[in-house]
Amino acid sequence: MPKLTIDGEEIEVEAGLTVLQACELAGKEIPRFCYHERLSVAGNCRMCLVEVAPGPPKPAASCALPVSDGMTIKTDSEMVKKARRGVMEFLLINHPLDCPICDQGGECDLQDQAMGYGTDRSRFLENKRAVEDKNLGPLIKTIMTRCIHCTRCIRFATEIAGVPEMGATGRGEHMEVGTYVEKALTSELSGNMIDLCPVGALTSKPYAFTARSWELKKTESVDVLDAVGANIRVDARGPEVMRVLPRNNDDVNEEWISDKSRFACDGLKRQRLDKPYLRKNGKLQPVEWNEALAAVGAKLSKTDSKKIAAIAGDMADCESMLALRDLMASLGVPNLDCRQDGAKIGGGARSGYLFNTSIAGIDDADALLIVGANPRLEAPVLNARIRKRYLMGGFKAAVIGENVDLTYPAAHLGAGPDSLSRLISGEDPFAEVLKKAERPMLIVGMGALTRNDGAAVLGLARKAAETFGMIDGDWNGFNVLHTAASRVGGLDLGFLPGEGGRDTAGILSGADSGDIEVVYLLGADEIDTSKLDKAFVVYQGHHGDAGAHVADAIFPGAAYTEKSATYVNTEGRAQHGALAVFPPGEAKEDWAILRALSAVLNKVLPFDTLAQVRSKLAEAHPVFAHIDSVIAEPWGDFGADGAADPAPFKSPIDNFYMTDPISRASKTMAECTAVARGEVLEQTGTDG
Amino acid sequence: MSGAPKDVPQPDSFAFTPEYMALAEKFIAKYPNGRQASAVMPLLDLAQRQNDGWLPRVAMDYVADMLGMPPIRVYEVATFYTMYNLKPVGKNHVQVCTNLPCWLRGSDDIVKSCKRVLGIGLGETTEDGMFTLTEVECLGACVNAPMMQINDDYYEDLDSTSAESLLTELKLGESPRTGSQIGRRSCEPIGGLTSLASLRPADSGTGGE
Repeated sequence: MPKLTIDGEEIEVEAGLTVLQACELAGKEIPRFCYHERLSVAGNCRMCLVEVAPGPPKPAASCALPVSDGMTIKTDSEMVKKARRGVMEFLLINHPLDCPICDQGGECDLQDQAMGYGTDRSRFLENKRAVEDKNLGPLIKTIMTRCIHCTRCIRFATEIAGVPEMGATGRGEHMEVGTYVEKALTSELSGNMIDLCPVGALTSKPYAFTARSWELKKTESVDVLDAVGANIRVDARGPEVMRVLPRNNDDVNEEWISDKSRFACDGLKRQRLDKPYLRKNGKLQPVEWNEALAAVGAKLSKTDSKKIAAIAGDMADCESMLALRDLMASLGVPNLDCRQDGAKIGGGARSGYLFNTSIAGIDDADALLIVGANPRLEAPVLNARIRKRYLMGGFKAAVIGENVDLTYPAAHLGAGPDSLSRLISGEDPFAEVLKKAERPMLIVGMGALTRNDGAAVLGLARKAAETFGMIDGDWNGFNVLHTAASRVGGLDLGFLPGEGGRDTAGILSGADSGDIEVVYLLGADEIDTSKLDKAFVVYQGHHGDAGAHVADAIFPGAAYTEKSATYVNTEGRAQHGALAVFPPGEAKEDWAILRALSAVLNKVLPFDTLAQVRSKLAEAHPVFAHIDSVIAEPWGDFGADGAADPAPFKSPIDNFYMTDPISRASKTMAECTAVARGEVLEQTGTDG
Repeated sequence: MSGAPKDVPQPDSFAFTPEYMALAEKFIAKYPNGRQASAVMPLLDLAQRQNDGWLPRVAMDYVADMLGMPPIRVYEVATFYTMYNLKPVGKNHVQVCTNLPCWLRGSDDIVKSCKRVLGIGLGETTEDGMFTLTEVECLGACVNAPMMQINDDYYEDLDSTSAESLLTELKLGESPRTGSQIGRRSCEPIGGLTSLASLRPADSGTGGE
């Protein structure tokens, strides 16, 4: 291990690090623009200059210089200070000093570093250059005159997102960053470029001119728009969520989030349910909480428990699912389901419905088989992790299902279950790859498991995992990729049909035939609501979406930014989301609504505070006692034998930008949908 | 400059003719498997030659597709090098060097002559599409300054008269003499040797005076 002297202090660091990384380990701050830990080294901004001996008598770019034994590094010598001042002066030559009207102001690397390392004036008296703004679609606003050519966005698009669409065209004074041909970026992760941009060249279009970073209240929370459970920071001003940003968590989302997670937040302000409603004379009328609770309570207590059913939706939190499960249990209702898409999972071993390898574990895999999933749409951040693994080399992937561009090469082995059977019997050449792999993994998606033969496909996937040695000691290569943030939590809580109970399909057909009279929807909107016409429907949720339209009683609940709630991601990692703003109007936290309803029914649930709910959760399943950790689950029994229908797998997500009540209510997501469908890009301009 | 040029009528399609395709394959074969992208510059040049001296976007896309590169990587190359023309040029692309050595030797007069004879300014094309006049940076013939390049040929040791006469010849469809216009060979000194003049082969053994 090389020994270095940094500013007079000796430090020993790992070989292969760069001088910049060594300086960071020594606690020295090195200013930088182009260098980013997760991107390749470009070395073009020259801001990270330090003095290194032995070497030429001039400052060296520390980000691109590997450490070697005996180096003496100075990070605050006169030479370094002068070099930084010089670099900063050059960077500011063509930078418009328009911080007062720039959205990056207050959280701008250039602004901060100009204060820290620059001078207070420029000697440049000539005209500054101006660059035409680019149109990158409805999410990213560009003011390209501000660009300092760090190329972070280009490297992000090429390396992380896997859509090489950004580039630097022209040369010298005429160099411009952009797509050359006007087009919207086709990445589901493009919003991360906004965070990466160290200046105000790329800013958020929906957030443009709406708030300043210092007036926002920042709340650390968890995303629920897919099942990855990306860590987010919710920035709110007063009662309004202004934006959602990623939070670093190397085990889950690194520092990326998908465009849906980031930009769907405007949907939180639209089509909200902010009052309780009751259907009177065929019309939903706003009522007081007491009246709504009493009406639903009366209906529930009058109805035979076999004729009551409850379905939990895709964004339901674990607290409310626990409360609803216990309430239904106290009424003796067996008809419960948290799988509104009808996925044939749950009931068996926990390893049968988890992403057992864990997201960080993808880095260790050397072969991957994807069955009936399109991770690029179902979990973009997880897909970026697979791409990262592919870029590390020695990794082969194959897909059974839709033949789509996943941003990394994947052999297409077939479209349906018969291809999987062929692979298991060794007829497909990819079987050899999986057999030879030391740590093969398999991802089976909802496109395979929500079919009528889902259990048989799950059984096949299990067989494949066992055949190809995916379950080996510590390594578990069997993975279920969920699309619903609530799903694993619901399965862990056993929010499933009880003895003789009906599942989602049974509840819907029962409601249609009159066998089910009351249906309690806990934010369930992605079901065939036309079958619920005859039943008395109670909808508890936050958006006036499909479920609320057929409801006879509506309890306004809280969206994920408005409650402290627990979600379990696809890996089985329980995480706490936090309240960033209060629910609008008379809406309440969801577990509290159910607690109030239980009092009306005289079946009082045994908790009054969030802490008490959470201790009940921990009793219900140990995962809730181990927040933010993944518990390795033993291999067990799940899936079914039987013939699978040879029909091709189809991803449940057709339109990435609209999958849930929040994103369906979002204007930004509607614009993205229009652009993705090939409708015209809106005009470029500074008006956002 | 470096955004996609506007107001340029772009053709709908581009494909190499069999002759150009054969040349392109020769270039591609020079590089090892998986490194075909290295052939991007010669291929762009071929495409430009086939397409009357300029590169439409479809041609860049065609080359990108042929080499398995993302189109933006080809746009980056094509916009970086000034010898790729992203707008149509005349049949004769007159490129006058105005860098320091040529300027000291009178390149301003050459530019004036060109403007006079062709009736166009820098960066413009004649109406008949025969000539485009461009100001370029050093073309590496400083010893024979001032100079200009027309298509693939250099014309050196120019003055107003010789520049005007060779452009007139081109206008008439003739092929003027390439290289030095004052008859010197390559870049030898104009007035005979200026150094080692006394060193004749017969004296070479004595080591001089």
